Amino acid sequence: MNKLTIFGICIVGFFLIIAVFAPMIAPYNPGQIDIDNILTPPSGQHIFGTDSLGRDLFSRMVYGTRISLMVGFIAVGIAALIGVALGAIAGYYGGWLDAFIMRFIDIMLCFPTFFLILAVIALLEPSIINIMVIIGATSWMGIARLMRAEILSLKERDFIYAEKAIGAGSSRIIIKHLIPNAMAPVLVSITLGVAGAILVESSLSFLGIGVQPPTPSWGNILSEGKAVMGAGWWMMIFPGLAIFITVLGYNLLGEGIREKLLK
Amino acid sequence: MGKYIFKRAIGLTVLLLGITIITFSVIHIAPGKPTDLQAQFNPKVSMEARERIAHLYGLDKPLYVQYIEWLKRFARLDFGISFMDSRPVMQKILERIPITLTIELFSMAFILLIGIPIGVTSAVKEGSFYDKAMTIFVFVGFAVPTFWLSLILMDFIGVRWGILPISGIKSLEFEKFGFLEKIIDLSRHLILPVLVSTFGGLAGISRYMRSSMLSVLKQDYIRTARAKGLAEKDILYKHALKNALLPVVTILGLSVPGLIGGSVIFESIFSIPGMGRLFYESVMARDYPVIMGVLVIGAILTLLGNLLADISYAAVDPRIKLDDRI
Repeated sequence: MNKLTIFGICIVGFFLIIAVFAPMIAPYNPGQIDIDNILTPPSGQHIFGTDSLGRDLFSRMVYGTRISLMVGFIAVGIAALIGVALGAIAGYYGGWLDAFIMRFIDIMLCFPTFFLILAVIALLEPSIINIMVIIGATSWMGIARLMRAEILSLKERDFIYAEKAIGAGSSRIIIKHLIPNAMAPVLVSITLGVAGAILVESSLSFLGIGVQPPTPSWGNILSEGKAVMGAGWWMMIFPGLAIFITVLGYNLLGEGIREKLLK
Repeated sequence: MGKYIFKRAIGLTVLLLGITIITFSVIHIAPGKPTDLQAQFNPKVSMEARERIAHLYGLDKPLYVQYIEWLKRFARLDFGISFMDSRPVMQKILERIPITLTIELFSMAFILLIGIPIGVTSAVKEGSFYDKAMTIFVFVGFAVPTFWLSLILMDFIGVRWGILPISGIKSLEFEKFGFLEKIIDLSRHLILPVLVSTFGGLAGISRYMRSSMLSVLKQDYIRTARAKGLAEKDILYKHALKNALLPVVTILGLSVPGLIGGSVIFESIFSIPGMGRLFYESVMARDYPVIMGVLVIGAILTLLGNLLADISYAAVDPRIKLDDRI
């Protein structure tokens, strides 16, 4: 296995552990305000320093890992459900249904995704659930196209004809045979999608329309960091590094899966 | 060619209609009427403004009537009047588009000028130390959040070292400057935003260029060129590069929505009065007419970008018969 892939797996595993064991890892309560220790630089007591309310930055980032990863996973899960379902239907049935779904994908791809997400959030409240659903609902098109292309070639294979010959129904063929065999490229897309969703969530939270304080997310901590620019470098460097390393990890893992499965 | 343009025009009309349907549905996503939401979140929205939006979307009429009336206005490029300053939405958008397009065109040019050589040289030296270093650079480029990069540049280059201005596109005393000083002032303000935007797109193009070049180098005609003893330089830069460059045209067209979407982030960080910042401010103020207007215009710009890419692709690649497409 490629060294970079192993590195990616380590990063992904490391942040997963932090997210799962957040309460045990965080030394302080992430919401604990301490007026006497406002914006203190990293020290033995607060290894990442404190923010403008005296809260421990390290603890906030540990809990932020939970939020950022959860948004990433669920958003991509939603995108995968929509993409796999629509792609499989378009590829298997063909005809007008295929034409309709493909046109719909073309139309969705015309919108600058970030604009569409912002517009919808402007109309709904920026709750975590809404953010996950909106990111998922605007990022399924690539998965659908991959799924359709795979199914188009798979459905002409002998084992599918054999299934049909023994009288299997369409839904059985699609769910039990076509989708599992077509998952390899989709899996790559899902892994890369987690990275993308984490980036989108942190951008939204940074702009103040994503995860709302006091709930910590890497993006909204950075946005507080922007407000104290020049007075607290640690507020800007650590959350940014966390986003960067996590996204890097999922990208490396995705490329690793691509090399393993598709070559 | 005529048949192609006709088909293309029909395809575009379908896409355009789809864009309007989706935009129209977005405004109806909110629970209740959009006018209820406004008053609830935004004390600035007066009763008069609520009536105006109710009128703009004909909210008391059946849905299909509302859509058709909105479509009629859309055909005249009438997106209504902004809540914030009561100016026509179209006018506000048109003021902002040149700024965003200037930044995008500059960064697109830099992306091509830097990304293509990186991709080509990595492919030629596949597996070398240089190729590996560039691969790592590409992964880093994909993973760095643009807003973080903007913040760090702003903090160091702007605030700490005071080398470049960090907000807006011109200085306060801009009007007093001579012509040359004005140009210098504008470019000093644009360096950081263009840098950030270029960095964001660089990784994708250089990676794509590398794989395109690699696949061309495996082709039979390259082996033939080698077999007949052509100089390696001629093989690489005359035969291979020309063919490897073709797909990049399509990628450029496809990257338009990403660039426009990314403008929201760096324009709001650097306070650049472009389309992205207009959109962000409208979202924060829940200025629906402007939000809908920018959404549609952004989608149409993407549509035009793709069309331009397709046409130039067909123009440079003789293998593509226009009539076969779509």
